[in-house]
Amino acid sequence: MTTFLGMPALPAFGSGNLFAGESFPKAAHRELGNAQLRANLGHATHTIRDKRQAVVSELPDWEQLRDAGSAIKESVMARLPDLLEEFEKNFTARGGVIHWARDAREANEIVAGLVRETGETEVVKVKSMATQEIGLNEYLEEQGIEAFETDLAELIVQLDHDKPSHILVPAIHKNRTEIRDIFLREMPGADPALTNEPPVLAMAAREHLRRKFLTAKVAVSGANFALADSGTLAVVESEGNGRMCLTLPETLITVMGIEKLLPTWQDLEVFMQLLPRSSTGERMNPYTSLWTGVTEGDGPQNVHLVLLDNGRSAALADEMGRSALHCIRCSACMNVCPVYERTGGHAYGSTYPGPIGAILSPLLTGIEAEENSSLPYASSLCGACYDACPVKINIPDILVHLRSVDVDSKRGTRKVPSQMDVGMKAASWALSSGKHLGLVEKGLPLGRLAAGRDKKIKKLPGIAGGWTQSRDIPAPPTQSFRDWWAKEHKSAAPSQAAPSRDDKETQQ
Amino acid sequence: MTAREDILSRIRTALQDSPEAPQIPREYRSESGMETEKLIELLVDRLVDYKAQVAVVAEAEVPATVASLLEGARSYVVPEGLDGGWLAGMDDAGTGGARRRVDSPAEPLSVTDLDGTDAVVTGSAVAVAETGTIILDGSASQGRRAISLVPDHHICVVKAADIAGILPEALRRIDGTRPITMISGPSATSDIELERVEGVHGPRRLDVIIAR
Repeated sequence: MTTFLGMPALPAFGSGNLFAGESFPKAAHRELGNAQLRANLGHATHTIRDKRQAVVSELPDWEQLRDAGSAIKESVMARLPDLLEEFEKNFTARGGVIHWARDAREANEIVAGLVRETGETEVVKVKSMATQEIGLNEYLEEQGIEAFETDLAELIVQLDHDKPSHILVPAIHKNRTEIRDIFLREMPGADPALTNEPPVLAMAAREHLRRKFLTAKVAVSGANFALADSGTLAVVESEGNGRMCLTLPETLITVMGIEKLLPTWQDLEVFMQLLPRSSTGERMNPYTSLWTGVTEGDGPQNVHLVLLDNGRSAALADEMGRSALHCIRCSACMNVCPVYERTGGHAYGSTYPGPIGAILSPLLTGIEAEENSSLPYASSLCGACYDACPVKINIPDILVHLRSVDVDSKRGTRKVPSQMDVGMKAASWALSSGKHLGLVEKGLPLGRLAAGRDKKIKKLPGIAGGWTQSRDIPAPPTQSFRDWWAKEHKSAAPSQAAPSRDDKETQQ
Repeated sequence: MTAREDILSRIRTALQDSPEAPQIPREYRSESGMETEKLIELLVDRLVDYKAQVAVVAEAEVPATVASLLEGARSYVVPEGLDGGWLAGMDDAGTGGARRRVDSPAEPLSVTDLDGTDAVVTGSAVAVAETGTIILDGSASQGRRAISLVPDHHICVVKAADIAGILPEALRRIDGTRPITMISGPSATSDIELERVEGVHGPRRLDVIIAR
C-alpha cells in the first residue's frame, strides 16, 4: 500500500471530445425528428439486444463472471498507482516505451511527435475510443499527418465527415443505401456500379484499404486491456483490420486510458468471456491480438504506449462515481436504453453516448463544464443498463448522484427562487400532511378545464411545460381517490365493513 | 513535475479515502470436465456456426486433407517449424504444382510476397471448444502473426489433445508474453445494418482440420 503524502489538489478534468455543445433535451428534440435515424437505431439495438441475451443465457456462470469482473475492476481502482507502475516496469522490460499524458492536448502532441520521428506523414488507425476522445485525427491533420480509419464503420463515418454515434457500431445511424452513396461520393476509385449490398460494400472497403495496410509504416491503436503482471496489451476486433495495423507496420503507437488495466493474466479469462458476449452478442469476436512489448522478428519493432489521464483521476476522486471507470466499452447499456434508442448517440455530444456516457462524460469533465450537467437527466432511471452491464456498474445510482451534484453546484447562485424551488416548496407543504394533500386534491378537477374535448392537457405553463413539450397529460378525474374512498366507506363500521360494490361484483 | 509524477500523484490524491481492494470471487467455471469426443463435437459446432469449414480426421489423414484443401492454390506459405508430414500429400496427391514458400525468422517473406500467396498452413497452440476459438502463440508450428493474416485462405491444424473446453482452461496452457492471436471464424464485419459479412481484411476462408 502507498500512503498519500502530497498536497490535496483541485481535480484535473479532461479535455477533447467529451462535451455536449448543447443541452441534451435540446439536442434530443432535434434528433427525435429524424425518423430514418430512429428506424435504423431501433432495428440495430433490438437485434444486438436479442443476440446478446441468447449467448448470455448459454453460460451457466454468467452472474459469477459479472461478480468477478466487477470485483477485479474495483480492485484495479483501489490499487491503480501500484498497478500502473507494475505494468510500466513489465512493458518496458520487454522493449516497449511508455509515455504519460495528462490531457488530450498532451496525448496528441506525443503521438504526433512519435509519428514525425518516423518521417512518415500517414498512419493507419484501429478503431479506438481513446483516440476519438482526444480528437487525434483532427490534431494530426493540423500537423500535416493523415490518419486512415480502417474499421469499416469508422471508415464510413470518416469518409462522410460525420461523427460516430455508437461505441461498437459507429455508423449504426446509416443504412446501406446511405453508405453506398458515401462510398460513391468520397472513396477514390469506387466502382460507379457499386450496389448497396453489405458484402459488396465490405469488399469495396477491402480494396480501398488493402494497399494502405501493406505499405503503412506507422499504426495507431487503442487497447481493450493491459495486464499488469505481464506487461501485455490486448485488442479485440472482428475484421482483421486490427491485426493488419498491429502486426504489419514498423511502428505501433497505442493510446490507452489509465483505467484499462487488469492485474493479472488470469483476469483476462473473465473479461474475454464478458466482453464479446455483451458487445456484439457473439460467443467470441473473430480476432483478438495480444502483444507484450516487442517480439523480435514478429510485428512492429518500435512499440509505444501513451497512458492517458484526461479526467480519469478526477472521476476516480468521486467515491460514488468512480465505478464508471470500470467500463469496458461493450455498449450493452446503450442497446437496452429506451432514451438512447430514440435519440441516438449524437444527442449526447460526447464521444461516450448512452447511459455510460451520461455518467462518464460529466465525471471526466466536471459537471459544470459546458452542457454536460444536462446529461445525468438523459435517463428514465429504468435500470435496464445496470442489468445489462457485464461489470455491474450501477448507472442509475450514479445518475441520481450526479443530478444531486448538479443541483448542489447551482445552489445559491440565483438571487430569486426558481420555479423549481417554488414547486418543490409547494410539494413539500402538500405532502407533509394528509389534510394539506386533501386540500390540494380539491383543486384537481379544475385541471379538466385545461384539457380540451379530447380530455388531454397539451400545454402546461412554466417549468412544467418541459413535460408537455413531448407528451400530453390525461385530464384529472372528476374526483380524487381519497374523496372516492371517503364516500364509499363513510357508512362502513371499521371491523365488519360491508362488502363494497366492487367486491359484490367480483363475487358474482 | 513530469506528466508521470503528476498523474500518479493525482490518482493518489483521488484515492485519499483509501478504498479497499476486494477479494475476487472466482466461483465461475474453471474446468469443463468434457471428454475428448464431446470437446471435438462442440468445437465443430461452434466453428461451423462461424462459417469456418471443419474436417475431423485421423492424424494419418491430415496430409491428404491438407492437399485437397490446397487444390487450386498456386502458392502457399508455411512456417519453418510446421510438421513436415502434414505436407506429404502435396506431392503424392499430384497437387505439388502449388509453390511452397517457407517463412523463417532468418528469411522472413516480405508483405508483398505474402499478399501474392494464396494460402497458409499452420498448426495451433490450443483451441477453446465452447467459443470456437483457436489460439496461435507464434511458436514454431504457427510462425509469426503476419503469415496467418495476409493470405486469403488459412488452413489450420488443431490436434485433439490441444482442445480445451472453456477459455480459463485454454489460457492456463499458454504463455501470455508471446505474440498471441485468437481466431474465432474467418474475418467478419457487421457494420452495415448489422448484417454479418464474412471476410473483410483477414483471411476470408478458414479451414480447420481437427486431427485425432
